[in-house]
Amino acid sequence: MKLSIDDLHKAFESRVRLGIMSALAVNDGLDFTSLKNFLDVTDGNLATHIKKLEKEGFLEVEKSFIDNKPNTTYYMTTEGKKAFEEHLNVLEEIIKSQK
Amino acid sequence: MKEEQDYIQDLAEIRSMMERSSKFLSLSGLAGVMAGVYALAGAYVAYELFDFNPDKVVYNSFDSSSGSILIFLATAILFLAIGTAIFLSWKKANQRNENVWNVSSQQMMINMAVPLIAGGFFILILLEKNLIGLITPTTLLFYGLALYTASKFTYNDVKLLGLIQIVLGLASAWFVEYSLLLWALGFGVIHIIYGIYMHLKYER
Repeated sequence: MKLSIDDLHKAFESRVRLGIMSALAVNDGLDFTSLKNFLDVTDGNLATHIKKLEKEGFLEVEKSFIDNKPNTTYYMTTEGKKAFEEHLNVLEEIIKSQK
Repeated sequence: MKEEQDYIQDLAEIRSMMERSSKFLSLSGLAGVMAGVYALAGAYVAYELFDFNPDKVVYNSFDSSSGSILIFLATAILFLAIGTAIFLSWKKANQRNENVWNVSSQQMMINMAVPLIAGGFFILILLEKNLIGLITPTTLLFYGLALYTASKFTYNDVKLLGLIQIVLGLASAWFVEYSLLLWALGFGVIHIIYGIYMHLKYER
């Protein structure tokens, strides 16, 4: 077995973080509320997971104002995209090799 | 330590999230059926009561007062169909715990709006130039284009529906004498068939 469980990135251990990355992989950018609705989690929970991904350098944050209300949009960085794709490949390999 | 099952589950969740966050899947099949029924009723009224059945591109064998009633009728059908679609999709979204006004439904609306608004203005120009016979083909054509672009943000099946409407639109521009019939076929019959198909495929 070439690829093993050790190759799986720790940042993607949580389903919520995996969900955030999946949603951002197919969207140009998403704001906090949209992510929250897709994932069905609490504000605090989502914020914690976003922080963690941000620390890894996988997410980019853009703060702006819409109608005088603060709005935060999250984007996936190139690095994040690469890590996510690698993660998918490893997942696939693991499943294939165990069949 | 995760098991193999967990990884399979991970992949399934990734796929589901990608689909949910990029496609609006609460589009109601029944709304299609209702839109088809309204369209058939409208085409019948236009034909029976107002003798509207263009046979040439330049068509003015009906008086201007029934002309404005016909425009009112067409607009009423349009809003009735859109209203039903929004209401039924809203109901379906609630059942599925999905937000009806989310990123993907917004994307879908914007992508539909561009060809529809362009078509709307084009129809106003046709009206002004008295090219009444081209109006029904134009509605089919631009509606088909709108569906085709919208299909990227909802069920992929909508793409074929768009193509069918485009073909019918072109055919009815060529055979203007059958344009009302082709319009009833496209907006009426095809909508009903497609709506039932979508309802059976996704809503049971």
